[in-house]
Amino acid sequence: MAFTLCCLNNTMSDPIVPAIEVNGLRKTFGEKVAVANLTLTVQRGEVFGFLGPNGAGKTTAVKMLLGLIRSTAGEGRLLGSPLGDPHGRLRVGFLPEHFRFHDWLTAREFLSLHADLYRMPRPITQQRVSELLELVGLSQHASQKLRQFSKGMLQRIGLAQALLNEPELVILDEPTSGLDPVGRRLVRDIIRELRQRGTAVFLNSHLLSEVEITCDRVAFIKFGEVLQVSPLQSLIEGELAVEVRARPLTPQVLAGLARWSNTVRQDGEHLHLTLTQEADLPAINRYLVEQGVEVFALQPQRLSLEDLFIQIVGTDGGL
Amino acid sequence: MSMLVIARLTFREASRRWILWVALLLGVLFLAVYGIGVNEIHKDLARSGPGMVQRSEMYNFMFMAGLYAVNFLAMIMAVLSSVDTLSGEIASGTIHTLVSKPLRRWEIVMGKWLGFAAMLLLYLGFMAGGVLGLVYAISGYVAPNVLTGLALMGFNVLLLLCVSFLGGASLSTLANGVLVFGLYGVAFIGGWIEQFGAMMGNQTAINIGVLCSLILPSEALWKRAAYEMQSPLVAALGVSPFSSSSVPSPLMVAYAALYATLALGFAIRHFSRRDL
Repeated sequence: MAFTLCCLNNTMSDPIVPAIEVNGLRKTFGEKVAVANLTLTVQRGEVFGFLGPNGAGKTTAVKMLLGLIRSTAGEGRLLGSPLGDPHGRLRVGFLPEHFRFHDWLTAREFLSLHADLYRMPRPITQQRVSELLELVGLSQHASQKLRQFSKGMLQRIGLAQALLNEPELVILDEPTSGLDPVGRRLVRDIIRELRQRGTAVFLNSHLLSEVEITCDRVAFIKFGEVLQVSPLQSLIEGELAVEVRARPLTPQVLAGLARWSNTVRQDGEHLHLTLTQEADLPAINRYLVEQGVEVFALQPQRLSLEDLFIQIVGTDGGL
Repeated sequence: MSMLVIARLTFREASRRWILWVALLLGVLFLAVYGIGVNEIHKDLARSGPGMVQRSEMYNFMFMAGLYAVNFLAMIMAVLSSVDTLSGEIASGTIHTLVSKPLRRWEIVMGKWLGFAAMLLLYLGFMAGGVLGLVYAISGYVAPNVLTGLALMGFNVLLLLCVSFLGGASLSTLANGVLVFGLYGVAFIGGWIEQFGAMMGNQTAINIGVLCSLILPSEALWKRAAYEMQSPLVAALGVSPFSSSSVPSPLMVAYAALYATLALGFAIRHFSRRDL
């Protein structure tokens, strides 16, 4: 996909410091604890998924990162600048969740306005705005007022707005929730392009399939706390569910399986195991045969991110 | 500079959403009615031929009546146009894309304030200038201290704008509207009580009026403006409904300046600290 980016002469922030670094971030609204203790680091150039059930404090956390909400405790840095410091936001793009914009502006005026707020020089702005309108497929609607835009179009223009300043970090709050499949693919392609350019992407999304496709690492949060941060690849590859159909399954046979899997569940002739590596499969098969067990099926099943989400976060957290 | 970008955005919004144009269009109607009225009276005065002093008094009365209405319209305009600019953007969420940009929050407040100030002063200039111009064109009359008077009226509009911003930074749009108009009502009635108190020599009534002016010095500013522009004869007699029997002192004008500055300052402080 053509995604040319012009050069802004603004100072790049120090490429060594992480894109996002927060430590013990906390936010309470009166008695209610929205974010209990958020500690995480997002490296330069990585696509970071931020997952959690509704009410887990994801949006509050995003707002704290951007200085929309002041934290009650803790500290953090965005591209090296303390949270709330406007300088840090010079190289940050943000697509807010509900994408409510000044809808009396046309698409081009809207992007020009935000380019001005990013202090982009005028000659660059014009070219950049046209490029981005093209990128998000709204060139035909450049002179149309945002009031006449559909939800999907608003999301596209919001995305363009988040990319105006050649950001080093893009924070996307539910970027695909209003989009049709074509729009979602566009977002995915843009995220890939950003990663290739070395831009960090912080993706807050409910659509786990999107996260699964795009993210390098994911954080699972619940009750405003990070439960686990893992590279997505190892997370998905690291857990392998296996269904075995065999007989007879004596207690001794089952006990012997413990060396490969600590979660062995029997359901009649069926066994459910969770392995850490695929390479254990032949060994298990050999072991069962040696024990005189007849094996009818030995079927590995990859865990989806959704399975992992439920495994890590549980089903009780959604509000 | 981000503040000027926001100021331009604010002015453009007022223009694009027809706020400014509807106001100016109806302003033209207002001035047309006013001009016809002044012209009719002018013709009568010319026919009946009263003395110069009497005619001058009549023109001053007409001029002050026009400005009294303009002052009221400008006050309403100041509140209605700005009442939801902060609270409305907070409620709708449009503020998020602004605040997440590399600018400080005071720049948003000051930018919006400047945008509205420019629009309101343009409106006031058009309306008050229209009244002044019509009276002059028809009769050749110019009230004394016009520039000082109009400057005070402009200041009055900005004062109410500051109060509307203070409410908008902390309250919902409706609550803010109720607050500002409520304060304006107190100041308004206080001004009249003070006026009557002064005419009848009732010190308690005067004190109530002064107290109301301290709560919101908008009526005091208008009365000072009227005092500056009224004819010397009316000033001496203190009988016109648009003149001031109890004249707010320059100290009250200074108080109003402090009041407006503090209101805007607190608006910035509150908006900068609140969660969005």
